[in-house]
Amino acid sequence: MVAQAEDVIPQRSPLMAFMARWLLTTNHKEIGTLYLWLSFTLFFIGGAMAMVIRLELFQPGIQFAEPLFYNQMVTMHGLIMVFGVVMPGFVGLANWQIPLMIGAPDMAMPRLNNFSFWILPFAFTLLLSSLFMEGGAPNFGWTFYAPLSTTYGPPSTDFFIIGVHMMGISSVLGAINVIVTIFNLRTPGMTLMKMPLFVWTWLITAFLLIMVMPVLAGVVTMMLTDRHFDTSFFSAAGGGDPLMFQHVFWFFGHPEVYILILPGFGIASQIIPTFARKRLFGYHSMVFASAAIAFLSFIVWGHHMFTAGMPVWVELSFMYATMLIAVPTGVKVFNWVATMWRGSMTFETPMLFALGFVILFTIGGFSGLMLALVPADFQYHDTFFVVAHFHYVLYPGAIFGTMAAVYYWIPKWTGNMYDERLGKIHFWTAVIAVNLTFFPMHFTGLAGMPRRIVDYSLQFADFNMVSSVGAALLGMTQVLFLYIVIKTIRGGAKASTRVWEGADGLEWTVPSPAPHHTFETPPAFPPIMDENESTSLNE
Amino acid sequence: MISMSNGLRNCLTLAFLASFSTLTFAVEFDLREGVTDMSQRIQDLHHLSLAVCVVVGIVVFGAMFYSIVAHRRSRHPKPADFHESLLVEIVWTTVPILILVGMAIPATTTLLEIEDNSDPDLTILITASQWKWHYQYLEADIGFYSNMTTPTAQINNLEPKGENYLLEVDNPLVLPTNKKVRFLTTSNDVIHSWWVPDFAVKQDAIPGFINEAWARLDQPGLFRGQCAELCGKDHAYMPVVVEVRLEAEFDKWIDDQRLAKELSSGQAVADRNKTWTMAELMPIGEQVFLTHCATCHESTGVGQGVTYPALAGGEIPNGPLEVHIDLVMNGKGGTEMQSWAPQLSDRELAAVITYERNAWGNSTNDVVQPKTIYATR
Repeated sequence: MVAQAEDVIPQRSPLMAFMARWLLTTNHKEIGTLYLWLSFTLFFIGGAMAMVIRLELFQPGIQFAEPLFYNQMVTMHGLIMVFGVVMPGFVGLANWQIPLMIGAPDMAMPRLNNFSFWILPFAFTLLLSSLFMEGGAPNFGWTFYAPLSTTYGPPSTDFFIIGVHMMGISSVLGAINVIVTIFNLRTPGMTLMKMPLFVWTWLITAFLLIMVMPVLAGVVTMMLTDRHFDTSFFSAAGGGDPLMFQHVFWFFGHPEVYILILPGFGIASQIIPTFARKRLFGYHSMVFASAAIAFLSFIVWGHHMFTAGMPVWVELSFMYATMLIAVPTGVKVFNWVATMWRGSMTFETPMLFALGFVILFTIGGFSGLMLALVPADFQYHDTFFVVAHFHYVLYPGAIFGTMAAVYYWIPKWTGNMYDERLGKIHFWTAVIAVNLTFFPMHFTGLAGMPRRIVDYSLQFADFNMVSSVGAALLGMTQVLFLYIVIKTIRGGAKASTRVWEGADGLEWTVPSPAPHHTFETPPAFPPIMDENESTSLNE
Repeated sequence: MISMSNGLRNCLTLAFLASFSTLTFAVEFDLREGVTDMSQRIQDLHHLSLAVCVVVGIVVFGAMFYSIVAHRRSRHPKPADFHESLLVEIVWTTVPILILVGMAIPATTTLLEIEDNSDPDLTILITASQWKWHYQYLEADIGFYSNMTTPTAQINNLEPKGENYLLEVDNPLVLPTNKKVRFLTTSNDVIHSWWVPDFAVKQDAIPGFINEAWARLDQPGLFRGQCAELCGKDHAYMPVVVEVRLEAEFDKWIDDQRLAKELSSGQAVADRNKTWTMAELMPIGEQVFLTHCATCHESTGVGQGVTYPALAGGEIPNGPLEVHIDLVMNGKGGTEMQSWAPQLSDRELAAVITYERNAWGNSTNDVVQPKTIYATR
């Protein structure tokens, strides 16, 4: 890859060439790599903040973090993980894989692609710099409810607002690029209903992004004018309404949580058929279920606000719509199980992570269904039960999904197989740690522990200690993952073209590592898979 | 024989201990049952949805694990090639919908009852601010702040933590049993959320707006909760403590509070510091008498037979002053002569007693001072 880059930019010092290559690259693979490393870097930063939180909650009393700093950690952990880790991680995967999976030479708008990425490091530098400002970083939770974030927000709130604007621009541009690429650059013969599921879920995700990121931009702009230009969108004293903030925020926020999970659904739908050596069961219903989830995500935002005081018929409408989401989500899980059924399965690391995803995400889905019931939500709302719920959805969903994807495709990216033994150790420690960390939170929540508190009464002490021990273990597994990734980049068993015995799709017809430029002419579709050539790690 | 019966007893003891420990285990892992009808119904709903999830989970994960074991390559080397079935898709779309309807029905009926805020017996206005609660009893016109009392030394680990660490306050909200109590919540600054898990009442307190919720409490006791919405630095230090008292005790508590408020008001202090003349007290006393006393004792003080004795020329208003003051302030047990001390101010009591001793031909010339009343309380 370096050799080809030097072809493009000759006669420079190696350092300048390196800089220019990564700063100016318009290659979807390189930009994908940039996104993935940004995501991975921020994963460690956001994770370190989670460690501070769990360290403080290890025991009752104040030990490590003063209340105001604790609130900053809670806020930044959420913002970094949502906007800095999961979203860029998925965009990185989209950049690498969508052109490879639809037989396109690159993304449709390569320069825009470069621009979308390079906004992000600046956005997060801006956001993280607020930690060192007078008054500290934003401290009002990643949901930044007004008036805590407007009238009462620290001065650094403005940096947060501009940072969110920049992330939003990046996401919208990235989403436009994905949509244009998918609609225009598919190889002849690949109709929409023949696209791989990962491409389908990303297409739907991209539409969600385009529809809701401007809403987020709107709400932070209203905050900005409330803070500095004497408007009163969210202040009752001036005729506004703090509840309106929540309506607008969650109109963005609920589709956002599906933005954080849909590509994960796509990843599981790629991996499970490969390792079950059997076609995905119910392709059509998988596509329709994804679209149905996306549609429903726009009409359930009120379930975040059941205790905020809404008329009873509004609560009922949101409850019914929310419960309905269980149907397409269930269809997906059933289809995955049916794909496995009477297959011929092996359990390499990507498969393990995909199965971990399905099982643990389903547990998060169950608690989501419980939370949908308004009367019960009066008890669950704003407790650790909710924290358990969304970490079960996001960690095994988005993070396991991304990790499964990395293990699955890294042989294609690097040309090297990862260390299967370490991969399995990574998976099993991660599964144990995730459950140790997040399962007890169900119990503390049911017992009545509110979320986002720096200190708690003695009855919650035991389970919090278990959670903190689990979190420490979970933190260590990330270091192992980093080691595995670096080790794979530097060497390992050579990967074949098809890599996995049961793999199917265009990306498995290009050599490993994928050359700098692929599919300069559209490939044949459906692809002819090489039956003999694969690298199986379980032999 | 003896050893056998010992063995049996040990077994029984063990079984008892085991069942007891599973019981505590279950409680510790469960949603709190609470003390209201609604909290118990919410717990039932929680159990229902949890049971549905567990059963569905057993079926789905069971199928998955069976497949993982039975359909691994070592046991099942040749994969099947089915990949579509409209019938199956229809079944696993319809069955979940039916299950959801089964959950939605009890959730809906419970919610409709919870949201029925009509006909309260008592209304409390809860005003949140960073980081305390203010409780206003709208009917009784009394109110006070409730602050956390856990010492900083305990928070900073310099002292051992108390039993109710972070869940203790100076002035708990006092509520009566067997009344429908309505809670109105609002805030002075940011959004807070008033939550008592045992009542299943969690209602956001939003600046500029008023939300409502209610509870009917069957049994006296102390109940603890916390602010549930992130409200800034000391969000963790904003406990809610509710003391539920039997109705009669609650009424007495309300009277005590009202009296305490009365006695501490600036007007009451000014009244006590002044020496009043008969000319000043007589019109006030007449007014108080007409409002509170004349229904029984008649505006002319003639009374109504033996039940409501005549005051004009009567034994008490013309007898010793201390006896008169005592009777008016503390009432007469078993009769409709109430205790007026909690209901009237020092000035009003002084005036009405002065009036009774000097009207309708009574002429003791006694002038009762508010400070005398205050001293007698």
